[in-house]
Amino acid sequence: MKHTISALVENKSGVLARIASLFSARGFNISSLAVGKTDDSTISRMTIVLDADEKILEQVVKQLRKLIDVIKVQDLTGQNFVARELVLIKMDATPARRVEIMQIVSLFRARVVDVSTRSLSVEVTGDEKKIAGMLEVLKEFGIKEVVRTGRIAMARGDKS
Amino acid sequence: MMSSARLEKDYPEDIKSLTTKEKLNKVLTGNTDPCKLLDEVCDLKKSGAEIIIDALLKEGVGVLFGIPGGAVIPIFDVLYDAQIRFILTRHEQGAAHMADGYARATGKVGVCIATSGPGATNLVTGLATANMDSVPVVAITGQVFTTMIGNDAFQEADIVGVTRPITKHNYLVKDVGELPRMMKEAFYIARSGRPGPVLIDVPKDVQTAETEYVYPEEVELRSYKPVYSGHPQQIKRAATAILKAKKPLICTGGGVIISNAADELRKLVNKTNIPVAATLLGLGSFPGTEDIFLGMLGMHGTRTANYAIMESDLIIAIGARFDDRITGRLDEFAPQAKIIHIDIDPSSISKSVRVDIPIVGDAKNVLHELNKIVDVGNYGNWHKRIVKWKKAYPLVYSDDGGLKPQFIIKEIYRLTKGEAIIATEVGQNQMWAAQFYHYKNPRSILSSGGLGTMGYGFPAAIGAQIGCPGKIVFDIAGDGSFQMNIQELATAAINKVPVKVAVLNNGYLGMVRQWQELFYKKRYSYTSLKGNPDFVKVAAAYGAAGILVRKKEEVAPAIKKALSIDGPVIIDFHIDPEENVFPMVPAGAATNKMIGGMA
Repeated sequence: MKHTISALVENKSGVLARIASLFSARGFNISSLAVGKTDDSTISRMTIVLDADEKILEQVVKQLRKLIDVIKVQDLTGQNFVARELVLIKMDATPARRVEIMQIVSLFRARVVDVSTRSLSVEVTGDEKKIAGMLEVLKEFGIKEVVRTGRIAMARGDKS
Repeated sequence: MMSSARLEKDYPEDIKSLTTKEKLNKVLTGNTDPCKLLDEVCDLKKSGAEIIIDALLKEGVGVLFGIPGGAVIPIFDVLYDAQIRFILTRHEQGAAHMADGYARATGKVGVCIATSGPGATNLVTGLATANMDSVPVVAITGQVFTTMIGNDAFQEADIVGVTRPITKHNYLVKDVGELPRMMKEAFYIARSGRPGPVLIDVPKDVQTAETEYVYPEEVELRSYKPVYSGHPQQIKRAATAILKAKKPLICTGGGVIISNAADELRKLVNKTNIPVAATLLGLGSFPGTEDIFLGMLGMHGTRTANYAIMESDLIIAIGARFDDRITGRLDEFAPQAKIIHIDIDPSSISKSVRVDIPIVGDAKNVLHELNKIVDVGNYGNWHKRIVKWKKAYPLVYSDDGGLKPQFIIKEIYRLTKGEAIIATEVGQNQMWAAQFYHYKNPRSILSSGGLGTMGYGFPAAIGAQIGCPGKIVFDIAGDGSFQMNIQELATAAINKVPVKVAVLNNGYLGMVRQWQELFYKKRYSYTSLKGNPDFVKVAAAYGAAGILVRKKEEVAPAIKKALSIDGPVIIDFHIDPEENVFPMVPAGAATNKMIGGMA
């Protein structure tokens, strides 16, 4: 099962390497990882998505907590949370097909961010289902490149 | 500016040992001469190398193990005048193991130092050993200039990257201003919670750079707060389970020794009469001489301990982590048992076996609270069953054939009255030392349990002897393991460290040979150590004493002679080359499926 783990960590060099090596040393495979500063510039937020059973997940969370530079770890799975991902997609797009692609883009509430004579780049934000749906539809037109940020997530309600 | 020598004259007490705050206080309250105050404040400016040595003094470090090199010369220059004993080892691995042995034997943090690159990478095996067995060690390494880092400079290695998975934490000091805090944190992290090794990598230019120096008095780590007291509700649940149990068993591990909880464990056993079995690292946490002690658990444990754990209906594991050498085949382990697990490390709980009553906390605190409310249940039949096992399955060996290692260990036990510190190497020697010496006190066996590091015992014994000068320290060695750090004979001889090395010399990498004999049709693939040196001559070459023993009747006189020599001694025991360690749980079998070792 896919789990979304949210971790607050010290914003220091080496912390990412520490977390990455924790996963690799135990043979845990990360599906996605997103890192960024929080409102407190000394703290970073890491959102980690991994495919694991309950036993592995319990170990992952405990091992993360054990790292000296990790401040807080939450498993958001099973809780009510908002998850988003930003994806940039570069399409094969001759002028003749542009309009068709742009219709799909507006249908998914995505945005065109770059146009050239033979290509069109699109930015889309959404949850996993929406992104998957859009990529499926765009496949017909020929995708040249996809760049994804990885999932970021936040618990709903007052809880932080 | 006034010299600090004059200041010392003005303040006859040992002003150097005071904290900065105390110094300032003294100047402010005792004598408010602003010149002196200024002098004191100016004195705060120190180089990175001075800060390191001062921090070691403030942390109470009396001895340092290591080897100098290009990238640590500034530190060694300060060390030259410092009130710290330095033990020059012959290999950095020896330094790391000595720091480890010192820490295990004394309970204090062991400290080692090495230069950049190969000096640092030579520490790796020692740090991994300490990490697996939760030993508080601080390692200081030199690093190339900050401006050169990443340039493949001479003697550069990314030691922080290399040691990340085998230390509790590590630091690269990029600015001398960070150094005091990092030194303070390193010692705090190494000794608190579940202890472990911490490495501090200090570039050479950071060692020479100066900064206003105040050693922090407190550690502020928002992300690291070990839990010491157990949850009262969980402790209550444990007491209830103990009362209800019919076949309870205490499994005591290294955590009991680390947290100095042997007295609390003793109280628990006195109060409840629950039988005790120990892991390898738990030996000594409960006196091995008592009837209620069943011996060691696991692959080469006693049949009684293994049968008991498999039949038990309540296992009380204290500071033990259910290592695979203890559990054997996991899905058949202790099928009827409820498990209470007391451990300071939450990640140890339910890692391999499922736990019913987890109690996260320090063993000493938790046992203290548990002892207040625990009551004895009805274990009469269980005791009877255990007495039957103990009678039927004592540890035995056959006297046929050559000189028996088991007999040698028993003689060492007899002649040291069970009061020695025993370091072991790894393999057959380690298991015989665990089986046939009865450990009465905590910190009396030093053994690489987790990593299984051959070459650990001899340097660890030297470290332990330096930490405990009044004790008899024996290294129970094999001819294979001993040669992995044999160069430290020079360290022992030159420093007159009177460790005794009992080489159980069978001319084989014995444990592997045993497996080849039992499970690989006696195909002894590269386990013969033909070409071993004459260890008595080796001893002589290093200025140590050497004694050769071939016969049973020579054993006691040799041990007595070794004990009478005030210096390192090697006793080369030529033992029966094909003697095996029994009983044994074959790999992958349940722990009650033991083979061998029957009377």
